[in-house]
Amino acid sequence: MILSSYTIEKRLAPSSTAFIFIPVLSIVLALIFGAVFLNLSGFNFIEIYTKMFTGAFGSYYGLTETIVRSIPLTITGLGVALAFRMQLWNIGGEGQLYMGAFAATWVALSFPSGSAWWLLPAMVLLSMLAGGLWALLPAIPKALWGVNEIITTLMLNYVAIFWVDYLVYGPWKDPNGFNFPLTAQFGPGAILPALGNSRIHAGLFFGIILAVLFYIVIYHTRWGYEIRVTGENPNSAKYAGMNTLKNIILVMVVSGAVCGLAGMSEVSGIGGRLQHGLSPGYGFTAIIVAWLSRLNPFAIIIVSFLLGGLQVGGYIVQTSGIPSSMVSMLQGMLLFFVLGGELLTNYRISKTPVTMSGVDNR
Amino acid sequence: MLADALPATIAKGLKESMSNSYLVELKNITKKFPGVIANDKVNFNVKKGEIHALLGENGSGKSTLMSILSGLYRPDEGEIIINGTRMVFKSPRHAISAGIGMVHQHFKLIDSFSVAENVILGDDRIPRVLNMKEIEKNLAQLSLRYGLHINPASMVWQLSVGEKQRVEIVKMLYRGSQVLILDEPTAVLTPQETDELFRNIKEMAKSGRGIVVITHKLHEVEQIADRVTVLRKGNSVATLERDQINRQELARLMVGQEITTQCKRNTRPGTQKVLELQNVSCLNDLGLSGLKNITFEVHSGEIFGIAGVAGNGQRELAEVIYGLRKINSGSILVNGTNITGYSPRQMIDCGVALVPEDRLGTGLIPNLGTIDNLILKDYRKEKMNRGPFINWQKAKQKVSRLVDSFEVKVSSLEAPVKLLSGGNLQRLLLAREISSKPQLLIAVYPVRGLDIKATEAIHELLMGQREKGTAILLISEDLDEICKLSDRIGVLSNGSITGIISSDQADINEIGLLMMGETGAEAI
Repeated sequence: MILSSYTIEKRLAPSSTAFIFIPVLSIVLALIFGAVFLNLSGFNFIEIYTKMFTGAFGSYYGLTETIVRSIPLTITGLGVALAFRMQLWNIGGEGQLYMGAFAATWVALSFPSGSAWWLLPAMVLLSMLAGGLWALLPAIPKALWGVNEIITTLMLNYVAIFWVDYLVYGPWKDPNGFNFPLTAQFGPGAILPALGNSRIHAGLFFGIILAVLFYIVIYHTRWGYEIRVTGENPNSAKYAGMNTLKNIILVMVVSGAVCGLAGMSEVSGIGGRLQHGLSPGYGFTAIIVAWLSRLNPFAIIIVSFLLGGLQVGGYIVQTSGIPSSMVSMLQGMLLFFVLGGELLTNYRISKTPVTMSGVDNR
Repeated sequence: MLADALPATIAKGLKESMSNSYLVELKNITKKFPGVIANDKVNFNVKKGEIHALLGENGSGKSTLMSILSGLYRPDEGEIIINGTRMVFKSPRHAISAGIGMVHQHFKLIDSFSVAENVILGDDRIPRVLNMKEIEKNLAQLSLRYGLHINPASMVWQLSVGEKQRVEIVKMLYRGSQVLILDEPTAVLTPQETDELFRNIKEMAKSGRGIVVITHKLHEVEQIADRVTVLRKGNSVATLERDQINRQELARLMVGQEITTQCKRNTRPGTQKVLELQNVSCLNDLGLSGLKNITFEVHSGEIFGIAGVAGNGQRELAEVIYGLRKINSGSILVNGTNITGYSPRQMIDCGVALVPEDRLGTGLIPNLGTIDNLILKDYRKEKMNRGPFINWQKAKQKVSRLVDSFEVKVSSLEAPVKLLSGGNLQRLLLAREISSKPQLLIAVYPVRGLDIKATEAIHELLMGQREKGTAILLISEDLDEICKLSDRIGVLSNGSITGIISSDQADINEIGLLMMGETGAEAI
């Protein structure tokens, strides 16, 4: 008796065509699913998608806005990707960004007339310190007692967001701000220079420099080697005498510091002040960015640009009555399909004939 | 009649099965895995009301045979006959419904569930709406009948190991198992718990069930078995009745009598003590005593073999020397320096190399390439670095040299090593460990799972190191390998060294007895 059945088996190596093809297919599928929902809500999806695309990439304003949004995504994406490399699930990028923004603001507000050459570096330094410390809090219990960092980093996000809210609604509220939840405008020395007359600011270079640094650290330094080994096989790391405890703490702190820098670049490059709702969830979207890019630093830049475009496109189509949550849904779909696609990259479905030894062979 | 036309032996078997005195008959069971024949035409049967011990060293095919009986594996050839009917088990559940219950060595319980919840888990006779009180009452009665003391309402995480085992047994009884297979049931028990378990087992056998006890402990066989079947290298060697059971004979059947040839060697072992262990004790992963007062030394240019059945402290021994496991008392010296409590990193710097038991789980990083894997031990060394950077050019040179000289077959130096065959993986590992020019090389089960050619190659590498004066601690469960390579043999049983023998005086029967925990006089 011969039956055929479908089984899922692990591929020995991810096939190279699958490596390119599956992410692309995942994105297409996510868009198709989004289209279904758009149609169900009574919209013409072709029209909406076209509008989103041209809105995000088709005009000078749209393109520069897309780049502006890709800056914090790149920086936080790189931050969390570093931790992910060591299988440390830093979900706290958002909170670390907020703490970085808080520290940078503190410097800026304390020295309203300071000049840029020392004020900006001080803001960079302190924002990174604050983000790093915010990540150190969950890193210590993780390293010493194995406390799950997903929960602790996630929870600390809300603490950081509410801390900033407290400041902008309370002690730091701009007295001349018509009661809006924001701080006073920074002095000119605390503003990152912009590119031409666009809103694109020097934070862009932070992203690019960090991506290069990320690559060098991960692939060319001893520390990066230890991160890769520990992430892939913690037993091997122990066996080779690597100090895993130290690396957990160090990687988390650096990861947090990078996310903190994103906060500085936002307050100093965009608003010139700290405000409520500073980030529309960049630190969370960063997780999607990191996964879609398979933790590759240069892919992070490209994916950030695409997801930034998705957000800008989403804002553009809001004028047609599309709810802004549509963008969150599309992002969710993307992650869902890409993670699903991951399964197909590493596994394959094969049709196997199954022979059953029956009772009839005597 | 059909039986008359068949050869005599089969006809006899047929008649026996027709007489229906066997609960289980396994006939000519063959099971092959890539590169190994785990079971080769094995015959095994269980009568009503008997305790049948299945004896054999690790790797002799006991677990495979019982996995076939309990529906985990399907045999390539042979037949399973339950109560006279031929069965093909599609799943463990199928086997359970046919009355075969297995209690695994590693319990399959859910800690956060109660005992009763664990017992009914996966049982499809249970109605959708649960009446836990009723179930608990039934369980309490059932367990009382066999003297298995458990409280059905208590949570599993609160139970001791012995109690958990009882839950597993009750689970199988509750499902109506007529044949109960216990895989090394005493391995995790205290002596008192063992006594109680044996009483329970006898009680269950009295009720007409067939009990199979997988073990490698001879005194247990003597204590409880009505019959014993000995497996060796995938073959069923003999089945003995109660009155035929004696230790000497069992030990001989278990380890075999092959005459082992001593390897020719050109040099005498050195006199310099490289490794010394003095009364070393440590705990195992369960927090119980893992090693007890281990004392021995390994000299330069000597292979010191550790023989014994796996799980008697081998892993703990390697880990404690290498600094991966905390030492409780005693001291370890390398080249006369006390290195007790050193970290693996310090051990590496002292010239200690380890070929761990678990190649892909510890020794190598499966998803990284050959270069990344080969520099694992010396990526910190100055010659590999430029400041904080790794000098990939030098690393690559070194790696291609090693790959060539150790004849590792790789498609590219960047491809993930998980794609390599077992033999190539082990060459890679040895290449890395040997290239560090160690004073002491610890090799744990270095040829496990390798084919004959790869085994030979690994043995030659080890002997080459011996000629160069390296002290080698070889831990293996293959007695032939131990006898072939070692200059001296220490036998590890239940965490203690039961004897140290010079290999030219080694008698395989004596080693067999020492492995079973019979302490012998130290010959050397």
